[in-house]
Amino acid sequence: MPPSENDAPLLCVERLKVHFPLYKGVIFKRRVGAAQAVDGVSFTLRAGETLGLVGESGCGKSTTGLAVLRMTEVNDGRVVFEGRDITRLDRAGMQPIRRRMQMVYQDPYGSLNPRMPVADIIGEPLAVHGLAPGKAERRERARELLQMVGLRADMIDRYPHEFSGGQRQRIGIARAIAVHPGLLICDEPVSALDVSIQAQVVNLFEDLQERFGMAYIFIAHDLAVVRHVSDRIAVMYLGRIVEVAASADLYRQPLHPYTQALLAAIPIPDPAAEAARPRQIVAGEVPSVLRPPSGCRFHTRCPKAMPVCARIEPVLAGEGGTHAVACHLHNAVEGEAA
Amino acid sequence: MAGSMTSPLLQVRGLTVQFRTDRGFVNAVDSVSLNVDAGETLAVVGESGSGKSVTALSLLRLVPSPQGRIVAGEVIFDGQDLLTLDDRQMRAVRGNRIAMIFQEPMSSLNPTLTMGLQVAEPFSIHDGTPWAAALGKAKTLLDRVRIPDSGARLAAYPHQFSGGMRQRVMIAMALACRPRMIIADEPTTALDVTVQAQILDLLKELTQETRSALILITHDLGVVARYADRVCVMYAGRIVETGTARDIYERASHPYTRALMASIPRLDRDTATRLEPIEGYPPSLAQLPPGCAFHPRCRFAADPCGRRVPMLEKIGERHHRACFVDAAV
Ligand SMILES: Nc1ncnc2c1ncn2[C@@H]1O[C@H](COP(=O)(O)OP(=O)(O)O)[C@@H](O)[C@H]1O
Ligand SMILES: Nc1ncnc2c1ncn2[C@@H]1O[C@H](COP(=O)(O)OP(=O)(O)O)[C@@H](O)[C@H]1O
Ligand code: SF4
Ligand SMILES: [Mg+2]
Ligand SMILES: [Mg+2]
Repeated sequence: MPPSENDAPLLCVERLKVHFPLYKGVIFKRRVGAAQAVDGVSFTLRAGETLGLVGESGCGKSTTGLAVLRMTEVNDGRVVFEGRDITRLDRAGMQPIRRRMQMVYQDPYGSLNPRMPVADIIGEPLAVHGLAPGKAERRERARELLQMVGLRADMIDRYPHEFSGGQRQRIGIARAIAVHPGLLICDEPVSALDVSIQAQVVNLFEDLQERFGMAYIFIAHDLAVVRHVSDRIAVMYLGRIVEVAASADLYRQPLHPYTQALLAAIPIPDPAAEAARPRQIVAGEVPSVLRPPSGCRFHTRCPKAMPVCARIEPVLAGEGGTHAVACHLHNAVEGEAA
Repeated sequence: MAGSMTSPLLQVRGLTVQFRTDRGFVNAVDSVSLNVDAGETLAVVGESGSGKSVTALSLLRLVPSPQGRIVAGEVIFDGQDLLTLDDRQMRAVRGNRIAMIFQEPMSSLNPTLTMGLQVAEPFSIHDGTPWAAALGKAKTLLDRVRIPDSGARLAAYPHQFSGGMRQRVMIAMALACRPRMIIADEPTTALDVTVQAQILDLLKELTQETRSALILITHDLGVVARYADRVCVMYAGRIVETGTARDIYERASHPYTRALMASIPRLDRDTATRLEPIEGYPPSLAQLPPGCAFHPRCRFAADPCGRRVPMLEKIGERHHRACFVDAAV
């Protein structure tokens, strides 16, 4: 189902904040601060669309995904899914929503119960959501799902350890799509896989999306993979989205100095092109989320920082448009000369 | 190999390493031969389990025993077969003439000692340098790998360093005794791309400055293209293709190398095209297919492939490949 501009978005995330309190002391715990893991993130996602989330580790990608699923506490902002504000729903209220949003994890080893045969791993969400009441029915459905993800139906009685990493990731995907979700949140789903296997799983994601029209939030640190699967990409830095654009535009014309730095860091598998490429490696590492820099959070590493950058936080401008960026180079601050 | 006037710094011939597993003996490294010239960067690429780390460990005779054993081959470094040295002589080679950097620096650091102590210790022990002077040398080393605020960092513990900073310390320690060769086994796999670029640029710059050779083990074809002079591609314990970086990227000849190149999404290519995966899975060493280990996944597989093991054959000045089929050339 091709996404159209008029459709109401499937998911609407508004000014989302997730702050993890930090305590010191063993007996008398004192709150000493908070990790601002996600600090005012907004984006929308249409049915059948893929939004890529990229950024260095610790920038809040996983936390954003978990907050959308309500698997971590949301401090502020809203998550609207299929037209409903789900931000304050309780456990029972979330139950039917859980069926519509599923997660695929990075670690195909850690996320499958080693003592369960595949039939039960895939059958469990069907039972929880009452989608296939009888055991025989669940088994039949599990067989279908295995084939759908490119495994053999007769593997149904095997245990996770009998599968390779790529096969286990397929099982994780089968379990996630068993309940017909509208949204799949994929957190580094191919990062642990071998190069030759990554392409198989990427193609599987594309095929399943074509077939079932699911939307994906695709989190990965490999920008080449993210660009390949995503319609749009949001670049995160220290809990904020600094740039969001159609994936072709982001690579053709990255506007934010951080996006440019990320792209420059990625080596291209072509020695001649690499030798000719100007080398601009961004210095330093991501600062602590406990004490994010003032103003633009990237200003401590930004090769183009201006005096205004340390004082005033740039806003993500062009929101709702096709290419938005939070940087003073592109969005002049009113009443300020840079 | 033939053609070069001076003999290479490192010459590995027919290296074979066996492991005893619950499914019998397996050859984790099988008849591997390679050369490294002084000052050059050789990349070893391959998927996990293809034998990259075991190859690296066996060059330094660090294969875990008793389960693992070097059963055949020669490792001639600077004219001397390392496999014939006694333990004391081998210890002198490690660290002094060949240094190793691992993926996880924490495995080589003591978490209960300050970084200063660990970086300065070798000077104090080996050269008998007084402690204050050894600490001064340690500080100079940290400066050299551009660790900010190095004086204060000497008193910090490893866990107080980021992954990237720890890897900088490892590079500093590796370079301390001016080795002729550094082996870096996936040194940046756990790091962000930005930090990876910083670390590998630093490593490359410092090895060029000191004219030490670098064996860079990685599974990232982009990293290979950016940093390597020459490349060895491994599959199931064997080298299937080797050549200059240009040979491998512009004239890849082995079907596995070609398939690997085609399977990765690239920033410099159009995204509309579907990826071309390599079907199937890498084989288990305990159940290697007969003949060419890649043949069950190979699009070009023909008659001899399932029966005979192809040997590395010269197809260019420094370009070799192990494959029977010419269709792939
Ligand atoms: N449960 C938690 N408690 C405290 N801090 C957390 C927790 N989860 C994540 N964080 C912090 O929040 C920040 C964002 O983390 P995360 O969302 O995992 O980043 P990413 O997925 O982009 O690597 C990090 O600094 C991390 O240390
Ligand atoms: N300690 C060990 N015991 C048994 N087998 C091992 C051991 N270490 C490595 N191997 C075997 O050697 C093979 C090659 O491993 P390795 O060199 O670590 O691969 P790579 O570094 O290319 O991922 C693996 O398939 C593994 O089964
Ligand atoms: S706002 Fe300033 S510091 Fe931030 S990215 Fe733009 S130029 Fe750099
Ligand atoms: Mg994460
Ligand atoms: Mg390894």
